[in-house]
Amino acid sequence: MRAAWRYPVLLVLLGGLAALLFAASLLTGPSGAGAAEGLAALFAPAPDQEALALVMREIRLPRALLGLTVGVSLGLAGAVLQGFLRNPLAEPGLIGVSGAAAFGAVLAFYTGLAGMAALALPAMALAGAVLAVALVFAIAGRHGGSLTVILAGIAVSSLAGALVSLTLNLSPNPFAAYEIMFWLLGSLADRSMQHVALAVPFMAAGWLLLALTARSLDALTLGEDAAAALGVRLARVRLLAVLGTALAVGAAVAVAGAIGFAGLVVPHLLRPLVGAEPSRLLPASALGGGALLLAADLAVRLIAPDRDLKLGVVTALIGAPFFVWLVLKTRREAA
Amino acid sequence: MKPLLRTKRRRAHRYGVVACLPLAVWLAIQPMAARGAAPVRVVSLNVCTDQLAMLVAAPGQLAAVSHLAREPQQSALVEEARAYPITTGHAEDVFRLAPDLVLAGIHTTPETVRLLQRLGVRVERFESATAVEAVAIGVRRMGRLLGREERAERLAAAVERRLAAVAADRPERPRIGAVFLDANSYTAGSGTLMHAVIQAAGLRNIAAELGLARTARLPLEALVLAHPGLLLVPQRYGHPSMGEAVLDHPAVRALVADRHRAVISGAESTCATPATITAVERLAALRRRLAARERGS
Repeated sequence: MRAAWRYPVLLVLLGGLAALLFAASLLTGPSGAGAAEGLAALFAPAPDQEALALVMREIRLPRALLGLTVGVSLGLAGAVLQGFLRNPLAEPGLIGVSGAAAFGAVLAFYTGLAGMAALALPAMALAGAVLAVALVFAIAGRHGGSLTVILAGIAVSSLAGALVSLTLNLSPNPFAAYEIMFWLLGSLADRSMQHVALAVPFMAAGWLLLALTARSLDALTLGEDAAAALGVRLARVRLLAVLGTALAVGAAVAVAGAIGFAGLVVPHLLRPLVGAEPSRLLPASALGGGALLLAADLAVRLIAPDRDLKLGVVTALIGAPFFVWLVLKTRREAA
Repeated sequence: MKPLLRTKRRRAHRYGVVACLPLAVWLAIQPMAARGAAPVRVVSLNVCTDQLAMLVAAPGQLAAVSHLAREPQQSALVEEARAYPITTGHAEDVFRLAPDLVLAGIHTTPETVRLLQRLGVRVERFESATAVEAVAIGVRRMGRLLGREERAERLAAAVERRLAAVAADRPERPRIGAVFLDANSYTAGSGTLMHAVIQAAGLRNIAAELGLARTARLPLEALVLAHPGLLLVPQRYGHPSMGEAVLDHPAVRALVADRHRAVISGAESTCATPATITAVERLAALRRRLAARERGS
């Protein structure tokens, strides 16, 4: 009985945490309006609160919404990638999906393509992400070990990062070169509802595809042959994972830049709490990812309010030591 | 070699007087130099000195200007600049031009300036301007440096007349608040040329009133809550950047109607040149229109 209750309670707690952080994100900003005043301006602004309503609706709401949805995308994609590749080190950032998506977005944005057709931005990011996931999956292949996947990811990441920098350095706009940091580290500062409208439908479609892999991932924990015997069609799962990751991560990167490590840390932190089944890990990771990214974005605003600290800096400060610990643990287990 | 040396030594005492000749010549021309014997090959390394020099210099006197002089985002004299060779500003490139005067900004790479000075090149540096009066001051100083006082005085006097005309109908107590929103949410606080332009046009600079000094970030939220009566935005580069995308943010667009917006080009706000005075005049005219509309409504 206790064990049966534990999982729903965990999900409720994670959901509550995400909701709490979402509210905190809405109420945090340099203009420092009170909580009641701010919420009133968000939902039913008084006639003399037009300016505050504008702040709440057009500046803070999109930031909080993107913090939540981008976090959900990264947490979910991380959990699926780790389950599908059966590799504890897999993560959209580390295997190069985020970097490749950033390159696609950069091409769309700085050539002016995104200015002509808004959809070009997520579409190009998506294309970059699909290429990267497909490439890493192909390299990982049937017998690729953990190490092969990570090495392939490093190759893709480095190349994508270099191409992002090259494109921005070649832009005739002098501001572009300073925006390398945004694309490689990510930020939610000064995003608008346009970004929300552009990215959330793609991210939601990605979540759906990723969720459809849940059952098959459970079977895959027994090994590919056993899973096949249980009726899992590996090609279908692979397609779902590739497209789902590309949609969710591509759209997230298109509006928030490449935010690393969130997809790595969250599934690992939650796995001991939900047990070994990937299908139970996916919803928990999605909520946990949303909570983590909202928290990181709050930290960015509280630590250095006027320095425009990049989100990826905070997630890497948490995630990189964690990654080192994971590598050591994986090596011990292999030995 | 040897005979020559011997000869020289033998004649040394005889030519002692001759040996002193260079010194005598130097002493003779010294007062001339102090009066400002005009330099004949001037090289400018800074977009601000580029423009002042182009305005004042005699034909053929200016040997090269910086590449920014041809950049419409920075320079108000793009067409004029096409008549001059461009220098990269690297010491070797400058030295090759054999200038007798180099003009630089206070922020021009100090290594370049020091190296040129060590090579014996005279370098004159111009401070960054933080007041509209700097236009006339800069023009006059350039006139003295280039030996073109007369032309500089004509230009400076015209600039001062234009400023005085704007000042004559400036409201005693400025009411309309303006704010300059640059790319990446940077704004011009107190102690900037843009601040001086805003004040000279009879407007309040909201960024300075919020306590911002020099070039500082103005969070979008603070901008929206400050509710400026006039939003000043930079001239855009043709190619997109996220830094400039903030100017298209829905919150910024919803903030003020188009008639409460004015574009300030970098050519007007980067350097104190007569173009800066044009910006002052344009903003003052806009202020009068807005005030008239307010009175009318």
